[in-house]
Amino acid sequence: MNGKPGWRELAEGDVVPAGTAEQFETGDWRTERPTWHPERCIQCLLCWISCPDSAIVVKDQKMTGFNYHHCKGCGICAKECPVKPEKAITMGPER
Amino acid sequence: MSLGKYIQAFPEYGAERMGAPVASFNRISAEPIRVHCSISEPDLVIVLDPTLMGKVDVIAGLDKNGAIIINTTETAAAVRQTLKLQGAKVYTVDASGISRATIGREIPNTPMLAALVKVSGLFDFETMLKDTEGKLKKKFISKPEVVKGNLDAMRRAYSEVKGE
Amino acid sequence: MAKVVARTGNEAMAEAMRQINPDVVAAYPITPATEIVMIFAKYVADGLVDTNYVAVESEHSAMSACVGAAAAGARVMTGTSSQGLALMYEILPIAAALRLPIVLSDVNRALSGPINIHCDHSDTMAARDFGWLQIFSENSQEAYDGLIQAVRIAEDPRVHLPAMVTTDGFIISHCLDKIELLEDSEVKEFIGPERKAPNSLLNLEKPVSIGLLDLQDYYFEHRLPVAEAMRGAKKVILEVADEFAKKFGRKYGLCEAYKLEDAEHVVVALGSTCGTAKVVVDELRSKGVRAGLLKIRVFRPFPGEEIAAALAKAKTVAVLDRSDSWSAQGGQVFTEVRSVMFDLPVKPKIINFIYGLGGREIDQGQIRQVYDCLQKVEKQPLVQYLGVRE
Repeated sequence: MNGKPGWRELAEGDVVPAGTAEQFETGDWRTERPTWHPERCIQCLLCWISCPDSAIVVKDQKMTGFNYHHCKGCGICAKECPVKPEKAITMGPER
Repeated sequence: MSLGKYIQAFPEYGAERMGAPVASFNRISAEPIRVHCSISEPDLVIVLDPTLMGKVDVIAGLDKNGAIIINTTETAAAVRQTLKLQGAKVYTVDASGISRATIGREIPNTPMLAALVKVSGLFDFETMLKDTEGKLKKKFISKPEVVKGNLDAMRRAYSEVKGE
Repeated sequence: MAKVVARTGNEAMAEAMRQINPDVVAAYPITPATEIVMIFAKYVADGLVDTNYVAVESEHSAMSACVGAAAAGARVMTGTSSQGLALMYEILPIAAALRLPIVLSDVNRALSGPINIHCDHSDTMAARDFGWLQIFSENSQEAYDGLIQAVRIAEDPRVHLPAMVTTDGFIISHCLDKIELLEDSEVKEFIGPERKAPNSLLNLEKPVSIGLLDLQDYYFEHRLPVAEAMRGAKKVILEVADEFAKKFGRKYGLCEAYKLEDAEHVVVALGSTCGTAKVVVDELRSKGVRAGLLKIRVFRPFPGEEIAAALAKAKTVAVLDRSDSWSAQGGQVFTEVRSVMFDLPVKPKIINFIYGLGGREIDQGQIRQVYDCLQKVEKQPLVQYLGVRE
């Protein structure tokens, strides 16, 4: 508990600035890492819809990769990817 | 209150049903009223419904120098006998009959108030009539006959209340 | 110019709410508090206030909506009683922890069961540990004045806590009484045109999150300020009361001492019973008994030092509790009053009477009986029940 602010230093009433999750690195919780294979990708964006952490980076309506700062490696994107026989997103161990 | 007195009025809320006996209490005083309990030793009792006599102890705690006013066609002497009341004054007035004749419905409330003013001499009757007229006019803005009926009822009850 | 009118406690509360003109009222009706929000809803319908009235499906939702609206920065009020207050219990401590100055008019009514609609203080006493300010009223005038003052107190930056102002169910809520109203402009000026919230959920310039999960590392630090604000509230309550007295002439404190100066036998009570007790004190004084009354107006924060000082010279003290804490050690008021007297150099003998549960009549005769007991206090048990059939 040492090093954390005392009660007098906290803002009144359990109030904090909004949107701070953006700055908080949750990517280091990852034990598995998704890899994108653009050559197989059909740009259906099902991964983007399914990602619970907004970690699929989309530019100009196209999947362009992962935000590894926030991706927790849950694997939902790989599970939902419909490309056959080999998926466009695969999971491997986090290095 | 418009005469500079302090007032307190409160009902006894029980399980209210049409026709069930209900009680309510009033205090009038020249001093601020601080007590907040029911009245167990009234100076004045008003019985709006004569069928309550015999069912409810309407004279409980009534002061020896107090008075009871009853809405009934019977005489004060007959009522005194029914109630087995010693001391205190008994007054009767046929407020139900009066209200049927003047208001057109059995609403004995305003004539009973007029009887109260006559018996108690608490305040000036004409002032009370004016005050009542003002209040009823606001409530029955589209029914002037209701206002007139009530005022007539009060005048009749004021002159017809009799006692011993 | 003050206007003298006849109003029941509920009408007086509704009138104060109209003059306060809160931004949001979220309420669910319950006897005997129904009229407060019913009359106020009519004011809303008639366009006499600017309030956004939120009709909800329960008191739990009412208080939840109040918390949401207050977190958005609004001035928020509601009203309830008994089971309704009990249904709010889950949300009440959240309002305090988030430091939201919601003002609630509570009509004291017995908690079920058996089911009952009449006055006792069990509903309010059960809410004493939720971080809300609690102000009791002896009559309609105090309820009206108290509600207006509560807005100022709750919104003071040194307090920022929710407040409930209570009247005794039916005894005050439905009793027509002569009271003095302030002008609308006087109320508006006294409470200020709007609440100055330090944060608002609707402020896009400074977006905030309110009411987050706090675990072992932060919860304690977020609760402690409630205790600190409660301690500081005493001073603010007195300041607001002083300003009110200067402007409008009616004086209020944390407690009211009635003929305590040289009193040997003192009764401590809350709410409407105090009016009746004052009459008994006068009567006993005329017979040479040195009787006195200590009325506790503010129960939260608890005016401990003030009570101890007021009772220091008494020989005997009887605390009247209109609720039982079921602790087998007496009612809530008794245990707290007795506790603050522990450090007095000379302790008066103190006993407890639990009375008036479920609206049981408390009259002059019973209060006289309490003073009689005080005059032979050695023979009295610590806790007894007044006015119950054996």
